[in-house]
Amino acid sequence: MKIDVKDIEYVANLSRIELSSQEKGLFIHQISDILSYIEKLNKLNTDGVKPMAYPLAATNVLRADELKPSISRENALINAPSTKGVFFKVPKVIE
Amino acid sequence: MILLGYTALQIKEKILSKEILVSHLVEQQLKHIEHVEPGVNAYITLNAIESLENAAAVDKRIANGQRVGLLAGIPVAVKDNICTKNIKTTCASKILHNFIPPYDAFVVKRLKEEDAIIVGKTNLDEFAMGSSTENSAYKITRNPWNLECVPGGSSGGSAAAVAADLSFMSLGSDTGGSVRQPAALCSVVGVKPTYGRVSRYGLIAFGSSLDQIGTFTKDVKDAALLLQVIAGYDSHDSTSAPIAVPEYSYGIDAGVNGLRIGIPHEYFAEGLHPEVREAVKNALKIYERLGAKIIELSLPHTEYAVAVYYIIANAEASSNLARYDGVKYGYRANESGGIIDMYSRTRSEGFGNEVKRRIMLGNYALSSGYYDAYYLKASKVRNLIKIDFDSAFEKVDCIVCPTSPVPAFKIGDKANNPLEMYLSDIYTIPANLAGIPGVSIPCGFSTSGLPIGMQVLVKHFEEKKMLQIAYAFERETDFHVKKPPLKCG
Repeated sequence: MKIDVKDIEYVANLSRIELSSQEKGLFIHQISDILSYIEKLNKLNTDGVKPMAYPLAATNVLRADELKPSISRENALINAPSTKGVFFKVPKVIE
Repeated sequence: MILLGYTALQIKEKILSKEILVSHLVEQQLKHIEHVEPGVNAYITLNAIESLENAAAVDKRIANGQRVGLLAGIPVAVKDNICTKNIKTTCASKILHNFIPPYDAFVVKRLKEEDAIIVGKTNLDEFAMGSSTENSAYKITRNPWNLECVPGGSSGGSAAAVAADLSFMSLGSDTGGSVRQPAALCSVVGVKPTYGRVSRYGLIAFGSSLDQIGTFTKDVKDAALLLQVIAGYDSHDSTSAPIAVPEYSYGIDAGVNGLRIGIPHEYFAEGLHPEVREAVKNALKIYERLGAKIIELSLPHTEYAVAVYYIIANAEASSNLARYDGVKYGYRANESGGIIDMYSRTRSEGFGNEVKRRIMLGNYALSSGYYDAYYLKASKVRNLIKIDFDSAFEKVDCIVCPTSPVPAFKIGDKANNPLEMYLSDIYTIPANLAGIPGVSIPCGFSTSGLPIGMQVLVKHFEEKKMLQIAYAFERETDFHVKKPPLKCG
């Protein structure tokens, strides 16, 4: 399956990754190879087969809705590149 | 350095009988690490000061006749994608170069509760994506058996550490073979538990329906001990199985008389290195001599496993790695271009090529218009692969096969060919897809002295039987006792 520059740019944008033109070239080639390999799945008839989302038979795991302590604010902020008071500080989100 | 060559159980006996002090042992361990590390590079971070403090504390309790844990005084290494409180945890990525977890993973909590001495964090392929540990952003780990060769991956550091006696045991993670394959390449015992057997709380996620924390040890009895410590239900992990943990060590010498061993012909076909084939066939002869019956069978969907894995694992990874955006932790790039630009710069500068490749493949497979063709299709084939195993286990008690198609390859050999690298995992991936447990044990050496490993696969939650089967072979052989010809210094 050959992908082109438009595909790579689309997917890089979805991934929030920016690529140099050299990287685009390299990745187009490598990703096309991998996608071609994956094409073999189309040889298989999977009509009527249920998709396996999950290796164990289980349903939603819930706990009682009881108030419990969580990580302290101090610890939650401790690795932040930039903070202001109790907030994580980031560039403007809404113009 | 004789002490460091013992197994965990052997050294534990010497500690409990007060023949040696834990402080002395840990000093020796750290000194040996200092001598050998320049050649092997198994560790990203050493925890020397705390290790010596903890060692002294354990010595004090033993001297006072107080109770100590199941791993008392045993130096253990932890793969650097498992959170250790107050100890830097990088996932071998630049994007987490300064991340210091404010909490311990469940398995780390368990190690501490049992008085293990955590000596350091080991190297891996970035975010556990790789089969050679060459994708680390920090360093290349070398195979102790041949420093020109890879130790395997992604848990190469943890495997090399145990192989070179840089720790007595270590923890790794296995998503497509990342514990079993390096175990095979480094001649140590590597266990991937059943999905849900060991809590993933604190394991930095790669492929959430595939990931499991696993063990590296010098022999099977040590594996039983370590698995006993880390297995069990954890309410912090919603995929943790509420199933009782059996006594793994008790009755480990049950033997294999009357056991039905399945050998899938798809695992002995082309692509398998002839010396690996021979070593595993010789092992099967030993099992027959011990009373097992060899039954040939087919796992017909084996040829699709790698393709299925690279859709599902990458799709899950693209979602799991979306959190690395420079906002709450880790690396943040230049902000001057605004928030979206910051995300892109952070991720482009912080992630290595293999990680970027997999994130993009994952997003592609999940994107609108392609979801059905790729992800949904792969999920259906995944079910077929699981059904293959379910059918097989109606006829046999276990499956025995090679772990890696080849012995350790030279550093750089596959680095430029991602697809070829992916095919290294051909025999290990199916177990992750089906969720079943597997162990790799040493079963021979190539003519050039490189280790060869063999896998034992069993049904979900049958780790006890799996360890018995592995031990029966180990007991008859001495592959696991051989040490790499390492020069110190």
